[in-house]
Amino acid sequence: MSQTKQFMYVNRKAPYGTVYALESLEVVLIAAAFEQDVSLAFIDDGVYQIVRGQSPKALGMKNFSATYNALGDYDVRKLYVERESLEARGLSADDLMPIVYEDEDDDYAEKPSVQLVSRAEMAAIMAGQDVVLSF
Amino acid sequence: MALEIDGKNIATDEEGYLENLNDWSKEVAEAMAISEDVNLTDEHWEIINFLREYYEEYQIAPAVRVLTKAVGKRLGADKGNSKYLYSLFPYGPGKQACKYAGLPKPTGCV
Repeated sequence: MSQTKQFMYVNRKAPYGTVYALESLEVVLIAAAFEQDVSLAFIDDGVYQIVRGQSPKALGMKNFSATYNALGDYDVRKLYVERESLEARGLSADDLMPIVYEDEDDDYAEKPSVQLVSRAEMAAIMAGQDVVLSF
Repeated sequence: MALEIDGKNIATDEEGYLENLNDWSKEVAEAMAISEDVNLTDEHWEIINFLREYYEEYQIAPAVRVLTKAVGKRLGADKGNSKYLYSLFPYGPGKQACKYAGLPKPTGCV
């Protein structure tokens, strides 16, 4: 197999109203099939994509938030959320979906995929990527 | 394309996937299988029902790699492998089983 690259998908937009969030999620699921090192970043209004209790029925949109819970099955285990973006919107970690993955090296224990990081930490993580795709 | 079930036309796309997920019934799955010369056994239904539950929970049809792993965890290692799944669904467990289950084609499946 060719060398694994680090891919980061940066999500900056609210989940509904534009198609960016859903498109990003679909690209992530497709890319994950190629066994690359995939991570997601949630910045600005992008943090709303993984907020609990989404109910877009009145908008006539499909509620695709449940699909983030499948990311663990696709070996996508790193969802970085920028703390400053959460705080600026009056949100905290408790407002986010408890997205987990199963660690097969630890008797399939469920472990959290979501990590809160500061803006400076996010910048450092981004700088370490081979490919950064922004949605 | 369309399937005819009890005198009612059910719309499908050019590859035979349901246009409207709510049109699904056991009879729809059976009609699809008959048109591809597949006789649905309890083993087929186990996978079809599993896929419908997966879709209900996650709102996606899983990629075949994910399906294989998830079936292994739920139904045992003797079923969670490509050989077993292809023996049931020779056209590809992702594509064919998702179709019978009334789901869209798995994301990323060409």
